[in-house]
Amino acid sequence: MSEKKIDNTRRNLIVATTAVAGAAGAGIAVPFVWSFWPSERAKAAGAPVEADISNLAPGEMQVVEWRGKPVWIMRRTKEMLEAVKKSDDKVTDPRSEVPLQPEYAKNEYRSIKPEILVLVGICSHLGCSPQQKTVEAKGEMGADWAGGFLCPCHGSKFDLAGRVYKGAPAPVNLDVPPHAYLSDTKLLIGDDKKGA
Amino acid sequence: MASRLMALWDWFDARMPSVAEEFRKHAAEYYAPKNFNFWYFFGALSLIVLVIQIVSGIYLTMNYKPDAALAFGSVEYIMRDVPGGWLIRYIHSTGASAFFVVVYLHMFRGLLYGSYKQPRELVWVFGVLIYLTLMAEAFMGYLLPWGQMSYWGAQVIVNLFATIPMIGPDLALWIRGDYVVGDATLNRFFALHVIAIPLVLLGLVSAHILALHDVGSNNPDGIEIKKKKGPDGHPLDGIPFHPYYTVKDLAGAVVFMMIFCAILFFVPEMGGYFLEYNNFIPADPLKTPTHIAPVWYFTPYYSILRAVPPLFNSQFPGVALFGLSTLILFLLPWLDRGAVKSIRYRGILYKSALAIFTVTFLVLGYLGTEPVTVWGQFGNWMGNADVATVVARIFTVIYFAFFFLMPWYTAIDKCKPEPDRVTM
Repeated sequence: MSEKKIDNTRRNLIVATTAVAGAAGAGIAVPFVWSFWPSERAKAAGAPVEADISNLAPGEMQVVEWRGKPVWIMRRTKEMLEAVKKSDDKVTDPRSEVPLQPEYAKNEYRSIKPEILVLVGICSHLGCSPQQKTVEAKGEMGADWAGGFLCPCHGSKFDLAGRVYKGAPAPVNLDVPPHAYLSDTKLLIGDDKKGA
Repeated sequence: MASRLMALWDWFDARMPSVAEEFRKHAAEYYAPKNFNFWYFFGALSLIVLVIQIVSGIYLTMNYKPDAALAFGSVEYIMRDVPGGWLIRYIHSTGASAFFVVVYLHMFRGLLYGSYKQPRELVWVFGVLIYLTLMAEAFMGYLLPWGQMSYWGAQVIVNLFATIPMIGPDLALWIRGDYVVGDATLNRFFALHVIAIPLVLLGLVSAHILALHDVGSNNPDGIEIKKKKGPDGHPLDGIPFHPYYTVKDLAGAVVFMMIFCAILFFVPEMGGYFLEYNNFIPADPLKTPTHIAPVWYFTPYYSILRAVPPLFNSQFPGVALFGLSTLILFLLPWLDRGAVKSIRYRGILYKSALAIFTVTFLVLGYLGTEPVTVWGQFGNWMGNADVATVVARIFTVIYFAFFFLMPWYTAIDKCKPEPDRVTM
């Protein structure tokens, strides 16, 4: 075998063209990665929704769909608000320190008006939808149950302000979506600027 | 006539000799150890299942509609109205579980006989890549029937990505293509499931087999047959893969197909383990089923995920451990510092560790199929914790101990001397 000398000029040209081709190749990935983002139609479907709460009786809950998620609207009674206050020492984050609610809902009852609770009904653990367990469900939930929600997937419990009880797999409270009152009986879910 | 055929073959061979060459290289003159036992069926069987899945899958796409409004109905249409549709669908769903059965047994064989050890590290690494790709394939395929379990299972898994600090929520949005698992998600999972991932899978399987054939197969004695060659240059303990092992694997395939067909025709849902009952209810984004469990082949990892409590107001530590529990398999060749490969010549430490690990995997797998309340609660002295959660935590620690302590217990293990030649 004769010893071959490497022509560095030619070698460098090959390295340079390969690098340029490689960069161009990576560029080709851009439209494909880009196409995975929500389409304009999906974004439009994610627009805010209005909810009429004129027929919502005290103690009752209604569910509206926003971005495919259940949004709970509940008119809490005096007793229910009392129960929220009483569970302060049993929940992980009684003062809503973790920012899962707009500033205007960072208060004792996690709501704009104390009695009207608006929550995204999706468990903060792994995205299942918790079920309402009223104060009558003491047999199932334990004698000190004051009403709230139970996630059927992994057993996380939440109080009547969507605050997670200690010891649950869910790490944080339920989300309060951005919302605003268009009138006394009309709620806008998904946007808090009343212009929508 | 025979000479005509021979002449035709000669004509072909003169123009494309690589066909005969590759056949010789990978079959007729690929020398495999002569002492393969029962455990060596599962590589060939997984190849057979791969073919079954590709063929049955192609036929399913001919009647399936990847549309959130039509998907569930189209699967029921396949089950009720398409001639033979129920059979093709059950072949595909049974095949998915069968795939994991043979792959798990194939991997267990690797643990038994040290098949991942030097010089076969790459064979193992490609194998783990196949396993992970297969998990992605199975997960995306499970969304397609658009039943309650499909929907909520996908919801839970995609939300795992959302727990990643900083980029998580955006990453989950990007994966779904919508604010919730929806039509966009179904459509893209369909594309990935039927074309993108199968292509990757085929490439990886090729790499797995090529890497194996370059270094040669391991065997139940864990010794290198290439060290003892005869005057003809072939290993003394090797026999040509074809016809010896093609015939042997064919016999294994017949038995496998008997079991496969028995399941297919008599218990295709396997009591809710292969096809979960909740998946016969159409997906409903506003109503979560009371108990969400993944299909059985994911449950050991699901148990690990569930066992980890949230730390720092985040579910991410559990997700990270869940990821680590699968990725750690890649490191196996470098964690094992044992002097011998095969369980036959290992000392008591590795034998016990493997036995405990096997039990751990099975217990975690069982717990993952059940709600955490399955074994009730401890009394007040344990803070009323769920028994199953505590057990899952203990076994999660053992799962990781098997890997993390491996460099230590394999190194000090008292191995027996390996034989010179293979034993039968």
